[in-house]
Amino acid sequence: MMSINRDPCIQAESPFQKEIFVLQNLLRNQTFSAFESIEESGRSVKVYIFRRLFHSILVLVGISMVVFIILHLTGDPAALMMPMDATPEQVAQFRKEMGFTDPLPVQYWRFFKGTLRGDFGNSFRHSQPALSLVLERMPATIQLTFAALIIALMIAIPAGIVSAIRRNSILDHIGMTGALLGQSMPVFWLGIMLILIFSVTLRWFPSSGRGGIQHLILPAIALGMFSMARTARVMRSSMLEVLGQEYMTTAKAKGLAPPVVILKHALKNAAIPVVTVVGMELGTLLGGAVITETIFAWPGVGRLAIQAIYNRDYPVVQAAVFILASIFVLINLMVDLIYTYLDPRVRLG
Amino acid sequence: MALFESTTKPTSLTRGDRRAERWGKILRKLLENKGATFGLIMVLGVIVSAIFAPVLSPHDPILSDVDKRLLPPIGQKGANPSYLLGTDYLGRDIVSRLIYGARISLVVSISAVAFSAILGTAIGLVSGFFGGMIDSIFMRLADVQLAFPFILLAIAIVAVLGPSLPNIIIVMAITGWVIYARVVRAEILSLREKEFVIAAQAGGSSNGRIIFEHLLPNVIPQCIVIVTLEMARMIIMEAALSFLGLGIQPPTPTWGGMLADGRVYLATSWWLATFPGLVIMLVVLGINLLGNWLRDMLDPRLTQL
Repeated sequence: MMSINRDPCIQAESPFQKEIFVLQNLLRNQTFSAFESIEESGRSVKVYIFRRLFHSILVLVGISMVVFIILHLTGDPAALMMPMDATPEQVAQFRKEMGFTDPLPVQYWRFFKGTLRGDFGNSFRHSQPALSLVLERMPATIQLTFAALIIALMIAIPAGIVSAIRRNSILDHIGMTGALLGQSMPVFWLGIMLILIFSVTLRWFPSSGRGGIQHLILPAIALGMFSMARTARVMRSSMLEVLGQEYMTTAKAKGLAPPVVILKHALKNAAIPVVTVVGMELGTLLGGAVITETIFAWPGVGRLAIQAIYNRDYPVVQAAVFILASIFVLINLMVDLIYTYLDPRVRLG
Repeated sequence: MALFESTTKPTSLTRGDRRAERWGKILRKLLENKGATFGLIMVLGVIVSAIFAPVLSPHDPILSDVDKRLLPPIGQKGANPSYLLGTDYLGRDIVSRLIYGARISLVVSISAVAFSAILGTAIGLVSGFFGGMIDSIFMRLADVQLAFPFILLAIAIVAVLGPSLPNIIIVMAITGWVIYARVVRAEILSLREKEFVIAAQAGGSSNGRIIFEHLLPNVIPQCIVIVTLEMARMIIMEAALSFLGLGIQPPTPTWGGMLADGRVYLATSWWLATFPGLVIMLVVLGINLLGNWLRDMLDPRLTQL
């Protein structure tokens, strides 16, 4: 019965409060029982979290394997890493130095131990540890990703809500057509078009580099567009589903003002799928940042990785891919844990 | 016997007729939906362009003509009426390059989608049906795969292996199998408990027979929906690889490559970068609309895709 205290309706001041609780909990009796089971045995949550952590560690080990394998795909990493005009003797010498003559498992074990210490080797180009190069660029990537996420959510959530409330209105049609266009637009083209319009023609914003907020706006819009479109659509359909629930009709019937109904009752329940989507979007944005950074010459990890690929600077490539993938795993872990608290129905699945 | 005859007689349609009728019904339904109709036109348009590129192109897409460098599109000052959308920095016709570009885009994305669909569906069937160790291994692999920003993974692999047509297709196929595997597996897990599967097992059917005759046909609708939506993603990905210089190499015209060329001339010749992107967007939009319609028709549960 503890669950009632967590119910969003507890603050609603109304003589019908109790009836609504009962109704709502009847409708969501699955939620209800899941809440009870947590209260009764907090242990299952701990087991879940522990399992989820273990799972994430497994994935990280898998990532380190893939990062290791990429370099060995051609069978001869030494030839790949040396300059094109290196003599066979130089390549052989280099192969020996780097330990590429050892059996693969031995090499992987060495790589794995290095990864644990954060040692990916030195960058060939910058003669600096690869990891520190990547970490130096990290704040720029995080700044861009979060700016894109904030812009996406600031527009997508109100647009999704309005589209759902005013279903089939002109606003809904405009919003959803826009979302469809946004989902179909390649980020690299959108970026170029933004530069063409706002930098080259109107001269409102700079086209490249990192500096004040004016540098951030165009790349953040370009990067955020796809997520904005997807989140708006999820927000709309999730809101529509909640609006169709019986407890919404009850809330309206007892005479609550529409904004109260929407904000207090609907939004909280509609937010649950959006939280997952936001978690997924962070991953999409991290990946998209690779291309966006290249277009806008944004000095982040993505651009570093692409440059490193062109320069055959493989330690940097490995460090960048590993760090980006690890951040993604951590974000997913956090989203799952937050989600568990928001909606216990999905737990222990 | 008389009974049988009377029931079969009124439908004197041959099998082919009936199939045509069914397709006619589907087409009519599709044409009722404006978005899906637009999608169909876009998709047919790009397929026709790719197949009949030599017939449709007004000019050679590769031959450069220095006298006609950077001609603006029709309607602009200095335009040449035979070059509808203008020319690029080597004097090549943009329209012809866009038409030929459809070839690479379609060949790469269709092959990549086909490979990833077969691979992913097979893994999903095996994982879902047998469960246990095999299932755990494949699902952990899927998790690892999903942890990578796939564009970075593709870029890294292509950069190591070299940008040849088979390499690009394989890399893109590898980035795509997970979604099929997950959806098919989830579907099989619930199908496995159904009476018809249990009955088949009790009747002594082999595992292979159950998988191919009873389970596979039931996951085909979901797979078709994913295939359409994945086509859109693959077209963008091919363009992204080409844009970064890791796709099919010049002088072969690719939409992404044209965009990358256009970026250099952005300040003086806007049309170079604008049109290839517009084409990519329209094609992807068309596929998305068609995919959304298919999804609503075949399996409304997949709305989150």
